[in-house]
Amino acid sequence: MAASRDFVSRKLHSLLGVIPLGLYVTQHLTVNYFATRGPEDFNAAAHFMESLPYRYLLEIFVIFLPLLFHAIYGVFIAFQSKNNVSTYGYLRNWMFYLQRISGVIVLIFVTWHVWQTRIQAAMGAEVNYQMMADILSNPGMMIFYIVGVVGTVFHFANGLWSFFVSWGLTVTPKSQRAMTYVTMIIFLALSFVGIRALFAFV
Amino acid sequence: MSEERTVTLKIKRQDGPESAPYEETFTIPYRQNMNVISALMEIRRNPVNAKGEKTSPVVWEMGCLEEVCGACSMVINGKPRQSCTALVDKLEQPIRLEPMTTFPVVRDLAVDRSRMFDALKKVKAWIPIDGTYDLGPGPRMPENKRQWAYELSKCMTCGVCLEACPNVNSRSEFIGPAAVSQVRLFNAHPTGSMNKEERLEGLMDEGGLANCGNSQNCVQSCPKGIPLTTSIAAMNRATSLQTFKNFFGSDH
Repeated sequence: MAASRDFVSRKLHSLLGVIPLGLYVTQHLTVNYFATRGPEDFNAAAHFMESLPYRYLLEIFVIFLPLLFHAIYGVFIAFQSKNNVSTYGYLRNWMFYLQRISGVIVLIFVTWHVWQTRIQAAMGAEVNYQMMADILSNPGMMIFYIVGVVGTVFHFANGLWSFFVSWGLTVTPKSQRAMTYVTMIIFLALSFVGIRALFAFV
Repeated sequence: MSEERTVTLKIKRQDGPESAPYEETFTIPYRQNMNVISALMEIRRNPVNAKGEKTSPVVWEMGCLEEVCGACSMVINGKPRQSCTALVDKLEQPIRLEPMTTFPVVRDLAVDRSRMFDALKKVKAWIPIDGTYDLGPGPRMPENKRQWAYELSKCMTCGVCLEACPNVNSRSEFIGPAAVSQVRLFNAHPTGSMNKEERLEGLMDEGGLANCGNSQNCVQSCPKGIPLTTSIAAMNRATSLQTFKNFFGSDH
């Protein structure tokens, strides 16, 4: 008997969130961080990413297809749960709830972000320091981007914790607690990287 | 001892599986060392509500009265637990009693926990030892393993972990934490492990283990202190490995 579709979809959803999506988010934030060194450095880093060989294949298989599956199946999972943090206010139940909330935030943010940058690029706009500086000069957009970046980083870090449990890597309560600390440090570190990069555009 | 001391209970009642729930308040005389069951027995003895109206006695389920059968679970002051070990002296009044929401209500506080027993059947939570001849004694179980397996064997299918789980609900097929932990128990047994793949396949089926969202409410809520999330993670590992074995092949 083969594993059910349910089982495979859930496991795939968990895996794709880390590999490639989590890795891609980390790489993206790292490239953004070049902005702290000035417009030229950011443009050079962005141009390097842009000029990678077989770029469209990388975009399709590393970003868009995994993202599409993770997002659509993720919404299905999020709306299946009946959240109950008011009765069971334990840390991990809050994290469970926040994972679903942040997932919806990420979906909205990433959809807008892809429209504003990648689709505009496909329609002829140039993605560079100036583009982001123009977007982030609007305080409303700045807040939207901060919320989006922090939400994304939280969703990744906490999702990494769940990944370790769902694949059976962290079994004991001790190892799971250790991973809570590790993933929250990842959350704080990547939030710092993301927010500092955002402010480098203003 | 004051003679007028009373206990007030607010009970969410429902006359049948399809009828609408309503709340009824009861005020009963206080006795020493009461638990929720003895309070319910008092209502049964004299089914008169707080307004002095005669009403139908409240229906609930009970069995052992010592927190090992799991039949008397209900939501007491907002949290699911066994009514036999819910001592009136330790509860805030009025005591609010509701049926567990994860299960279909039969009547008043009695719910139908069939889905839990169906889940145990689905994952084959037993050890098949019947044969056409005497197979003799099975292999011995290491003592250290027996000790942790014993903790898992305390599960009484009471339903509290399913009630606390945000992923066990009408929108999802998730079998819940109890059955997952039972697979770990029977797979840990030296004779039971001879059929471990069959139980893992049950966990990998629709509505199986993968539906767990790791809210970990189950382990916080279990009245027997069963390490349910350890069992879930252990079975996550076992089913992950089983998937690879199934796909790539293995003689082990």
